[in-house]
Amino acid sequence: MKEIFFDQIAIGEQLPSLTKPPITRTTLAYFCGASNDHNPVHVDSDFARAAGADDVFVHGMLDMAYMAQLLTGWVPQAAIRSFGVKFGAIVYVGDTITCHGEVVDKVEIDGVYILKLKLKAVDQKGESKLTGDAQVRVSAPKVGE
Amino acid sequence: MLDKTLIGKSFPALMVDVEKWQLKFFAKAVGEENPIYFDEESAIAEGYRSILAPPTYGVTLGCAVPDPFFRAKAVGLDATRILHTAQSFEYFEPICGGDQITLVATITDVFEKRRGAFKFMVEETVATNQLGQLTTRFRQTVVDRA
Repeated sequence: MKEIFFDQIAIGEQLPSLTKPPITRTTLAYFCGASNDHNPVHVDSDFARAAGADDVFVHGMLDMAYMAQLLTGWVPQAAIRSFGVKFGAIVYVGDTITCHGEVVDKVEIDGVYILKLKLKAVDQKGESKLTGDAQVRVSAPKVGE
Repeated sequence: MLDKTLIGKSFPALMVDVEKWQLKFFAKAVGEENPIYFDEESAIAEGYRSILAPPTYGVTLGCAVPDPFFRAKAVGLDATRILHTAQSFEYFEPICGGDQITLVATITDVFEKRRGAFKFMVEETVATNQLGQLTTRFRQTVVDRA
């Protein structure tokens, strides 16, 4: 992973985007067990239909886990100070999620250099599914070295 | 019933072992390629005690009980009707395989939108490790669609 220096990042800079494979029922079955979220609305189509939905839908926490991968692909996990999302629209089986991030502010607090990020996940049609923000710590400016 | 009197209600502390096999399973489920999330040697080489739990894993630990929806049910919500609308984390110390995490969840807000058609609950969870260190504090918002 490339070290990121505070002065080498401009406001407006885009993080490398992350596109995940299409979400299948198998993905949801795995995530059900792996995440401890066994809510049948995510894996049991019969249950989902009886509950009035068209079909099972994706765990919001799976989308958030994908967004976390956007961050940890860019900075080490220990550099993440905070990370939050809003689940704007339901994600369905077959959807392909792409995560985007942008640097929207840079601040220095007591010698800690922080980038503020705006996050967004969209499906294959470009429809927004999740929005969020994060703060990550980066290395001190290289200037003068 | 979901109402303002629930604000401040804390649930009994939950002590959870961070299982290495489950971290590996989680990594597989999300298509993780960085070995610090599924291979102990790689994680140790990066300075961690063991396999590193990914950023959203606190919620998974909070669900590590026979019925992950017991808190929602305790306040009268139907787990099949609630939607997760927001989730946020603040990070302090890493969580690793083999850790024992104590989670304490408190209801911090209850509010309505559209004249009560949608009822929201916000729950904050503090997760401390076996060394007494704060690892993460996270906030979950759910809506009752009823």
